[in-house]
Amino acid sequence: MSNNVVINLQQIKKMYDMGGAEEVQALRGVSLSILKNEYVAIMGPSGSGKSTLMNIIGCLDTPTSGLYEFNGINVSEMNDNSLAKVRNKEIGFVFQTFNLLARSDALHNVELPLIYAGASSADRKRLAREALDHVGLGDRFHHKPNELSGGQRQRVAVARALVNRPSILLADEPTGNLDSKTGDEIMILFEELHGQGNTIILVTHEEYIADHAHRIIRIRDGMIESDEKVGNRKTINIA
Amino acid sequence: MINIMYFLTEIKEGLIIAFRAIRANKMRSVLTTLGIVIGIVSVTLMATAIEGVNRAFEKSASAFGSKVLYVQKFPWMGGDDWWSFRNRRDMKVEYASFISQQATLVDAVAPSVFTLKDARMGSRTMLSAFVTGTTNQYQEASGTTIEDGRFFSQEESDGGRPVCAVGANVAETLFPSTDPIGQTIKVGGFPYTVLAVFEKQGGLFGTFTSDNRIFVPINSFMNQFGSRRDVLISARVASGVDIEEAKEELRGIMRKLRHLPPGVKDDFNINEQEMLTQVFGMITGIIAGIGFFITGLSLFVGGIGIMNIMYVSVTERTREIGIRKAIGAKRRTILFQFLIEAAIICLIGGVIGLMIAYPLSIIADQILPTAMPVSVVLLSLLVSLFVGVISGFLPAYKASKLDPVDALRYE
Repeated sequence: MSNNVVINLQQIKKMYDMGGAEEVQALRGVSLSILKNEYVAIMGPSGSGKSTLMNIIGCLDTPTSGLYEFNGINVSEMNDNSLAKVRNKEIGFVFQTFNLLARSDALHNVELPLIYAGASSADRKRLAREALDHVGLGDRFHHKPNELSGGQRQRVAVARALVNRPSILLADEPTGNLDSKTGDEIMILFEELHGQGNTIILVTHEEYIADHAHRIIRIRDGMIESDEKVGNRKTINIA
Repeated sequence: MINIMYFLTEIKEGLIIAFRAIRANKMRSVLTTLGIVIGIVSVTLMATAIEGVNRAFEKSASAFGSKVLYVQKFPWMGGDDWWSFRNRRDMKVEYASFISQQATLVDAVAPSVFTLKDARMGSRTMLSAFVTGTTNQYQEASGTTIEDGRFFSQEESDGGRPVCAVGANVAETLFPSTDPIGQTIKVGGFPYTVLAVFEKQGGLFGTFTSDNRIFVPINSFMNQFGSRRDVLISARVASGVDIEEAKEELRGIMRKLRHLPPGVKDDFNINEQEMLTQVFGMITGIIAGIGFFITGLSLFVGGIGIMNIMYVSVTERTREIGIRKAIGAKRRTILFQFLIEAAIICLIGGVIGLMIAYPLSIIADQILPTAMPVSVVLLSLLVSLFVGVISGFLPAYKASKLDPVDALRYE
């Protein structure tokens, strides 16, 4: 059981120094663990600390205090370079604003994590093509982001997130910039990915998006307000 | 520990990014590059000019012969106490034969005396030709080459015959279309039959080369133009002999001749080409130093331009940096990316600069001796690369230090 734990947070606190004596406590001691192949939604109003929590889970930021173990390895005191390595190999990011490189085509965008992982050119091309095929963009390799629709861009981002076979997929409001129909399509894709064994962490403030997850963690004022398994999953009707 | 392949991949990715960024901002890149282009053009032209002057000097200095010693009243260089040299005893023609008998390390010794006289051939005149009285040994002792004819013989020399050998410029001036050999010219009003024409030497030391000279037997010179003259004795160091040893021997012979007791300073100087080379090297060194400083300033300004634009580029691409970091780019990767971009801009500037400077150096060669050797080309490329890396460093460092959370939030 315990070796199934991907993410283990113990009493994570994050303080922001606002200058002078003022200090903002974004997280006031968050403890949670996420298992392999879980589908978790982290919810909360703006200012609740959910973005801070996401940044820490994504190894983009480090906690002020507390323990963070990723696959059993303590990452809370890692330096920049080691964190970069963890982000590269273990975490796949999907952002609200897609965050693709505008001057690069879809293929190169997906290749990028492989470049930073040091994969050979041939492997990169092959894996990137496979990843794009996987998200249904097998015919869009050489399109630049501005030649793709919003849904397609987010698919490229998902392909990029998955190409290094990360331990978690960390999605921050992945449907926030999409209309509801394409948003639903992305959510279906996430369900498929979950079905294939991926661990997904979804950060959102929209209930109907969170309803796709199997577990909902609600954050308020820097603390976990509730953490519940969701039995009756919402199913999407693509009529 | 660093995997070479990984490193190469990073460099390659850096190059791709750099070229994309340059292409995306064509006008800006061109303007930025311009500073480096101007800098490289001025620096390479400076280097080319100095190299050209150096080569011309080497060629000219060879007119003095690298293995010839000149025994004289005055030193060539370092005459800070002219009056003490002025008061030295004059050199005498007889010294030459004495040195010739005594010395074992030199194989040709010739005295020479000088005056300026007009030379005439029919209606043609060469004003102030450098008339040199010397002996038959001069040609060997000075290492000059005869183009046509023969130098005067020992009999002609001893007998003070009215014969002469002329430099290339003298021959060209007096005999523009006819063969000078066997013709009789008037030197300072006296007739001399031309026996030989010297090969043209050219170079920077017009009067010192044989080009503007007329050589006559020293005995004839003394009779016609007066005998109270300062004498220069040229001695050629025998082959295989160390020049310093020969110099020491000459010095000993001269001191004996002059009856100088030990402890008394020399009252003569033994000069050699090396002294000219040294002083010239010092002068060109100073010119080069000042020149490179001034031209280097323009390169420096170009470098500041690069730094400025790289800062702009880093700010504009803050979000891109955030994305790259989120995906796994390390600090070093981002640092390299921007360093490579700055280096590429500068290198392009360097190449364009060379493409402009090279034809300019060929044009300049018509007026001034210039030469653009491969070393200057390579050096200027290296310099532009260096400028790129130096001026790109601070912006690149700033980029590498960006916090991924802040960078991703940047609009």
